[in-house]
Amino acid sequence: MSIKRRDVLRGASLTAAGLLVPPLAAPFIRTARAASPVRVGVLFSLTGGLSIIEKSLSDATLMAISEINAAGGVMGEKVEVVQEDGASDPKTYNEKASKLIVEDDIPTVFGGYTSASRKAVLPVFEKRDRMFFYPTYYEGYECSKNVVYTGAVPNQQLSNFIPWIVKTLGKKKFFIVGSNYIYPREMSKVCKILMKQNGAEWVADEYLELGHSEWGSMVNKIKNSGCDAVLSNVVGDSVVAFYREYKNQGISHEKLPICATVTSEIEIAAMGPEYAVGSYTSFPYFMAIDTPRNKAFVQRYRAFVKDPKAVTHHALESAYFQVFLWKQAVEKAKSVKPDAVREAVRGQTYAAPGGDVKVDVDNLHTWLTPRIAQWQADGQGKIVNAYPHPIKPLPYVAYGETDTNLYCTSKGLDVAKLRARH
Amino acid sequence: MLEIIFIGLSVGSILLLVALGLAITYGAMGVINMAHGEMVMLGAYTTVMAGIWLHLGFLASIPLAFVVTALVGLAIERVVVRRLYGRLLDTLLATWGIAILLQQAVRLEFGLSFFGKHIRGLGPGLQNVTVPPALTGAIMVGGEDVNVYRLFIIGVTAALTALTWFIMYRTDIGIQVRAIMRNPRMAAACGVNVQRINALTFAYGSGLAGIAGVMMSGFKTVFPDMGTSMVVDGFLVVVVGGVGSLLGAVFSAGLLGQVDGSVASLTNDVLARAVVFGLVILIIVIRPTGLFSFKGR
Repeated sequence: MSIKRRDVLRGASLTAAGLLVPPLAAPFIRTARAASPVRVGVLFSLTGGLSIIEKSLSDATLMAISEINAAGGVMGEKVEVVQEDGASDPKTYNEKASKLIVEDDIPTVFGGYTSASRKAVLPVFEKRDRMFFYPTYYEGYECSKNVVYTGAVPNQQLSNFIPWIVKTLGKKKFFIVGSNYIYPREMSKVCKILMKQNGAEWVADEYLELGHSEWGSMVNKIKNSGCDAVLSNVVGDSVVAFYREYKNQGISHEKLPICATVTSEIEIAAMGPEYAVGSYTSFPYFMAIDTPRNKAFVQRYRAFVKDPKAVTHHALESAYFQVFLWKQAVEKAKSVKPDAVREAVRGQTYAAPGGDVKVDVDNLHTWLTPRIAQWQADGQGKIVNAYPHPIKPLPYVAYGETDTNLYCTSKGLDVAKLRARH
Repeated sequence: MLEIIFIGLSVGSILLLVALGLAITYGAMGVINMAHGEMVMLGAYTTVMAGIWLHLGFLASIPLAFVVTALVGLAIERVVVRRLYGRLLDTLLATWGIAILLQQAVRLEFGLSFFGKHIRGLGPGLQNVTVPPALTGAIMVGGEDVNVYRLFIIGVTAALTALTWFIMYRTDIGIQVRAIMRNPRMAAACGVNVQRINALTFAYGSGLAGIAGVMMSGFKTVFPDMGTSMVVDGFLVVVVGGVGSLLGAVFSAGLLGQVDGSVASLTNDVLARAVVFGLVILIIVIRPTGLFSFKGR
C-alpha cells in the first residue's frame, strides 16, 4: 500500500475543515475542491429548543438527497449539500440564509419550520431572488414568488374538518383554544368562517402563552362552557400538558372530543397514547396511511436515522417530497437557476409517500389531500375521513379567497382584493 | 368556587414544590442556584430512564430521583459552588453555566450522539413517562370532579414541606443550618463544620428539586429545556416569601397560586400571568426583603 502525497494533503485539509464546523455537519462539508454544479442549502435548527422537530425535517431532506444521489443525481450530477444550523433562533436563520446565498452562492435552500424562521429568511431570498422550499403547515397570508410552500395552509386542514365534525360527529358548539401567536389566531379565523357556513357556533376563543403548561383553569373553563367539541390549535410542549389535564379532570374524548390541527404523532408519543385515544387531528399526512409506498417510506426513514422507533409526520413528509419536486423542476428547466426553477416547479406533480401532490401554478403552494385521523391506543391515527383527491391551497382563505377568486397568483398578491375585505 | 380554590391550591403546591429546594439553598447558603431548574429536569429524566432501563414504576422513581439529583448537587457544591461562597454574581454565572452544560449533556446524550450512538430516553426529543392508572382521571368529592394527580402533588408537597420543617427545626443538623443562615462565621466559631453542612444542605435542596422533577414528568412534557421556566417561578416564590424563611415560601406559594388560579379562571391565563408578576413587583417594592424575612446578624 502506498501513500500518495496528494491523499495525505487532502486528508489533512478535510480534517482541518472538520474541526471548524459542528460535527453533525461534517459528512456534508464542502471542500474547496470538486464543487458540483448542483448545490443546495439545507437550513434547519440542529440545536436549541426546536431541534426536536427540525432535526427530523433535516434528516428527511438529507434522506431524499441521498436517494436522489444513489439513483444518479440530478441531470447526471451528484447533489451537493451545504448545511447550516438555524439554532432555533430567527436571527441566526437570517444570518445563515445570507451566508448560504451570498458566500456559497446557492440558488435553492430547503428549510425552515416556524413561521418566525420563514419570515426571518424571506427578505434575504426576495432581495437576492433565490428559492426557498418550506415544508411546514402554516397560517397562510403570504404570497412570495421566492418560496415554494409544501405544507398545508388552513383550508387544507380545516375545510373538511369542521363540516365533518358538525355532520358526522353531530357537534354544534365549539370551544376554540390555541397558543397565543399568529398561527393559532389565523386558524381560528378560518374555523369561525367554516363554523358559520356549517351552522355551528363557538362558545369561546381562548389563548394560552406559547409553552404554557398549567392547564388547570383552562380545562375547567372548557368543562363548564357547555361546548360539545374542542377545536385545538395548541402547539409545542403545551400539547402534552393539555391532553393529560383533560383526562385528569375527568373529561372523555367520546363525549367532548379534542379536534386538533397541530397534534401529531410526536406529541402523542410524548404524552402517552392513553391520554389521546378517541381524539381527532386533521393533517394531509399521517404515519398510519396504509399504502405500500408510505410503509416503505417509514421503513427507509427509520433505517436512515438508525432508530427503529422513529416516527414520521406531516412536515417531515413534506420535507422529503419537496426535494423531489425541486429535482423534477431542475430537470425540466435543465438549469438550477432560481428563475428557471420557479417557472418549472409550477404544476410539478409527485407521488409522495402520503399520496399525489402538485405544486399550484398560481401561488406556489401545494395541492394536498386533507385527512382526519382518530388517535388509537397504539399512538397511531386511524384515518376516518379523507378527501378523494388533493385540494387547491388557498393561503388567503381567511380573507375571502376562493377557488374562483384567487388573491395570490403568479403575478403576485392582488392587494386590491385583500383591501376590499378590510 | 370550590373548583377555583382547588386549582389555586394545586398551582401553589407546584410552585412550592419547585421553590422548596431553592428556599433552602438560596436561603441558607446565599447561593443563587440557576441550575435548580436543571435539577428538576434531571429528576424527570431519572424517571424516564428508570422506566426504560430498570423497569421501575413511577412511584419507585421518587426516592431514586432524590438520590441521583442529591449526588449531582453534592458534586456541583464540591467542585464549583464551594470555591465561590460570598461571591453572589460569580455563583450566579457559574451555576448558570452548569445549567447549560447539564441541558446539553442530556440533549447530546453525554456526547454519544456524536458517534452515532443513541440511548433511549435521552436526546433532544420529548420523552414519555407512564403514570400509574390510579393517579390518572378524577374522583368525585362533594359533587365535583377532583383531579387525582393534582391531589397527589398537593400531598407530596405537604409531606416534603413537613419533612423539611422537621429537619430544620427539630434536628441537630437543622440547628446548625439555621445558625449558618444567621451568621456563618459565628457558626464556624462555635464549632459548626460550615463546609460539611453547606454541602449537605445543597445536596438536600437538589434532591428536593429531583422529586419535583418526578412530579412534573407526570403532567408536563419532559425535554432538555423544561427546567428553564421553572427556576424563574421558583425564585419569585422565594423572593416574595423572604429569603431563608420556610413559612414565607409556603405562604407566598399559596398566595401566588391562588391569585394565578382565580384570575385565570375569571379572565384568562395570559392576564393571570401579568397579574402575578405585577403583584410580585408590588410586594418587592413595599417589602424589599420579602413577606417573612428575619434580620441577619
